[in-house]
Amino acid sequence: MMQFFHKMASPRYFYTIAGRFIPWLAAACLLFILAGLYYGLIKAPPDYQQGDSYRIMFIHVPAAWMSMFVYVVMAGAGIIGLVWRIKLAEVVAISSATIGASFTFLALITGSLWGKPMWGTWWVWDARLTSELILLFLYLGVIALYNAVEDKRTASRATAILAIVGVVNIPIIHFSVEWWNTLHQGATVTKLGAPSIDISMLIPLLLMAVAFKLYYALVLLMRARCEVLERERNTQWVRELAEIK
Amino acid sequence: MSLNEFFHMGGYAFYVWTSYGIALIVLLANILLPARQRRKLLADIARSARRARRNT
Repeated sequence: MMQFFHKMASPRYFYTIAGRFIPWLAAACLLFILAGLYYGLIKAPPDYQQGDSYRIMFIHVPAAWMSMFVYVVMAGAGIIGLVWRIKLAEVVAISSATIGASFTFLALITGSLWGKPMWGTWWVWDARLTSELILLFLYLGVIALYNAVEDKRTASRATAILAIVGVVNIPIIHFSVEWWNTLHQGATVTKLGAPSIDISMLIPLLLMAVAFKLYYALVLLMRARCEVLERERNTQWVRELAEIK
Repeated sequence: MSLNEFFHMGGYAFYVWTSYGIALIVLLANILLPARQRRKLLADIARSARRARRNT
């Protein structure tokens, strides 16, 4: 069993296996995006209060969910890297940072584009929006710190600590709409009890959520492969691989 | 629903299509950048491997 994990976590083995998964993940992701767009933009009826503007939700909500999910994965991989010194965990942690920052940026910008017609403003310093903005800064901090340290393994240890400390922001984002009076609406899906959203709108939302998860897995593998090549560039197998191409 | 209605988005065309457009750009960039980086990296590693062999 341990041998299996060791083999899985070996950079060379990971590089090969990840390469085989990538096309399948890309195909599955595309399928879910197309289905989500079809049900979200064509099949779902306009909202009785918000008209067609609510369709921004199908990007905004999955992006916001992913911005938090990716952060937790990044911090979790950071812990594994710190405690067990597994190279692959360090690679997963730093490869997640750019994707997480992208999702956070998307959540903020689409939120702004939704807020303007619905709330009458692009931005308010409300608890939900501010804590999500801090999440973006945390991601950018992780990326900047990693690039500032020359040795990749030292850089990974430093960024892991920053990422772990920043986890405190995740429950703040999630519960901000309950703890404070915010302009942002409360949870409609991720709460106890039945979701208070119509099934015709829930289906495209969940399709897009799955699509974004698959997308994360896809880009994570692509980035992690680059990171593995970079870190192992002086090994025999990477040189041979590069020369065959 | 007509095509015109679809693009009009009940008057919210600007907000809806800008959101989807930005999402498309960001998601595509995240695919293209690592793909390009890997190609460059492999070429770079192959170059330095050849150079190392010549010098020995």
